[in-house]
Amino acid sequence: MAEGTFGNPQIIEEEVDLLLIGGGMAACGCAYELMRWIEGTNLKVKLIDKAAMDRSGAVAQGLSAINTYLGDQDPADYARMVANDLMGITRDDLAYDLGRHVDDSVHLFEEWGLPIWKQPGDEGKPLKDGGKPVRSGKWQIMINGESYKWIVAEAAKKALGTDNIQERVFIVKLINDKNDPSRASGAIGFSVREHKLYVYKFKACLLAAGGCVNIFRPRSVGEGTGRAWYPVWNAGSTYAMAAEAGAELTMMENRFVPARFKDGYGPVGAWFLLFKAKATNALGEDYLTKNKSLLDQYPPYGQAAVPASCLRNHVMMHEMKAGRGPIYMDTPTALAKLAETMTPKEIKHLEAEAWEDFLDMCIGQAGVWAGENIEPEKKASELMPTEPYLLGSHSGCCGIWVSGPTDVGAPSEWSWGYRSMTTVKGLFTAGDGVGASGHKFSSGSHAEGRLAAKGMLKFVLDNKDWKPELDTSVQELVDEIYRPVRNFLEFKDYSTAIDVNPNYITPRMLQFRLQKIMDEYCAGVATWYQTNAHMLQVCEDKLEMLKEDSLKMRAKDLHELLRAWENYHRIITAEAHMKHIQFREESRYPGFYYRMDFNKVDEENWKCFVNSTYDRKAKKWSLKKVPHVDLVSKPTAK
Amino acid sequence: MPTYVRTEKCDGCKGQDKTACMYICPHDLMKLDKDGSETGHAMKSFNQEPEQCWECYSCVKICPQNAIEVRHYADIVPLGASVQPLRGSDSIMWTIKFRNGVMKRFKFPIRTTPEGSIEPYAGKPKPVLSDLDKPGLFTMSSNLRGDKSQLIRL
Repeated sequence: MAEGTFGNPQIIEEEVDLLLIGGGMAACGCAYELMRWIEGTNLKVKLIDKAAMDRSGAVAQGLSAINTYLGDQDPADYARMVANDLMGITRDDLAYDLGRHVDDSVHLFEEWGLPIWKQPGDEGKPLKDGGKPVRSGKWQIMINGESYKWIVAEAAKKALGTDNIQERVFIVKLINDKNDPSRASGAIGFSVREHKLYVYKFKACLLAAGGCVNIFRPRSVGEGTGRAWYPVWNAGSTYAMAAEAGAELTMMENRFVPARFKDGYGPVGAWFLLFKAKATNALGEDYLTKNKSLLDQYPPYGQAAVPASCLRNHVMMHEMKAGRGPIYMDTPTALAKLAETMTPKEIKHLEAEAWEDFLDMCIGQAGVWAGENIEPEKKASELMPTEPYLLGSHSGCCGIWVSGPTDVGAPSEWSWGYRSMTTVKGLFTAGDGVGASGHKFSSGSHAEGRLAAKGMLKFVLDNKDWKPELDTSVQELVDEIYRPVRNFLEFKDYSTAIDVNPNYITPRMLQFRLQKIMDEYCAGVATWYQTNAHMLQVCEDKLEMLKEDSLKMRAKDLHELLRAWENYHRIITAEAHMKHIQFREESRYPGFYYRMDFNKVDEENWKCFVNSTYDRKAKKWSLKKVPHVDLVSKPTAK
Repeated sequence: MPTYVRTEKCDGCKGQDKTACMYICPHDLMKLDKDGSETGHAMKSFNQEPEQCWECYSCVKICPQNAIEVRHYADIVPLGASVQPLRGSDSIMWTIKFRNGVMKRFKFPIRTTPEGSIEPYAGKPKPVLSDLDKPGLFTMSSNLRGDKSQLIRL
């Protein structure tokens, strides 16, 4: 076929057995496990990443800790922690299964070259041989993680082989099978570098393209817009593409509102856990201790050794609303206390550790401190709850409903034969994609990708003779995907200013509109995370018009086409979030969001999952309650 | 805190089809201005969408000419500070300059093995397909961890 041009791309069709969408920790884990199992089978695999695997996904920048490493602890305890932090409604089968597998991935990272901090005397002794890590919390271990993703990607890339990797192609849509609408058998996307459009057919597919950032108006709206807490390139593609293919989503009402160092969004975990710093109000009071009664109002979740993340925000915001802000991390007191028993050399080392925490994973925060002349041993730093984020791997549990393990006592409805398969046949997910679990972080996402690899392979072997056929013609798909380009080419000369034109909307302005709607009506920072049924109805009406207008997005180049489709994914994800909050008539996550018309945790009526499906033809959502069951014993209210 | 490219240092990766910064940016921000029509500087790269920059420093770290630096977000941070790395094969050096002139330097290890040395499956077990249904991963011993008595529905 002839060379493509802008608006008329070259179309490349390819059939593989297993397609991996995404190149982050989950997809790297999947690739590593999969390629070993399929040795000698002649099955064809392809991994598609919209960026470059060396620095793609949430770990692109690096990390200063691995947040899930069990060591000697029991997976049941891990499942309990996950459940409590997420206010009781998680799938113990998924958390438990992750807990019993995750350490193996960490051992591989260390073998591949990731430096892991050890206790004095154990330097150089690998974790797998009993080397004792430096813990910054019950489940976290400290690392020198600047090159974490680079290392994990090297192993995955070598496992896959260069020919089986396609970078800089953004998959935007899954296609159902012509002969079985309950199955996904194709994916379509475009190159952001060349005028090429790719159509893949597959027997099984891993959809692991991260969580969702930037559906809410961020606190910084100038240049600082990009300084999101979670990576700004996570556009909800996982949730949107899965929903459109008919997969059941779960707990999409859940969100994460991290309380972080203000403006730079630098990590606070090491400050709390490793350096033993306290957060205080402006009067210097330890507000978490002072307001224990607020935590007691949410038993048992507020009464755990570490109260649920949302409740810690709830207490922080209580202080701010009472006029006792700003909130500070009291770094000078913490460092002075540690220094009491240290030599000058040890103090210098401690200072380096404090800076490394930022430089490994949130360099922007180091920039804020340098620009504001903040030396942590001299000056305290402000903390602030951020705009909301949607994700399933960190302290959040929204995502897709997947088939779990069969040997841990889960109800039979939680498993349908293939580990990690969604309710759409052939479609699998991991990491941020798997809902109702959470607290997997980097290592857990890798391990979850590996678990998915086995389920996918089993599915492919059981469907060896299946021939995928797409239910939509390639031409229709091309027209749809290149619509923003054609909108631009058709109308660009109507006005003299390229960005102001009644016939189209720029992806950037569409994103602003989405963020304004969500912020003001769906419990963003503008309303202190509060909403009600009336506001949600307004939100729904406005989102509907926004979705209509998304067909009028323009793309003046391939870069803008990337943004156009990212923002389409954001709209679908935002809509799912709004519909779930609308459906759940309680406030399950105080501190993350409040339904002011149902402002309590209603254990009697709402200790259940909420699952949804989307009909892409009718553009309608259906929601339902799904019973929650504990597979490990849980604490009861005190 | 968007990245910017120093005009005098960037060599456009010597006329290759794509630059190192374009290759690595996770958010497709870095762009080579081939004919100078976008920036006035032909064959040099630039950040085409600074307000979408996550400040991940991937481009700063990979640039072979050390031509990329970061100017902290103008809408948040007072002017005058800088945070600049020099990434080697086994460690990274950071130079932090405060607005008030205070300087701090740190060096951290990044990797314990040579770059490119990973042999993903060397010395690893070869799984058999009949084990596909069992829990576990191919690198694990057959004994899964966990006290099963904790599972109250078994």
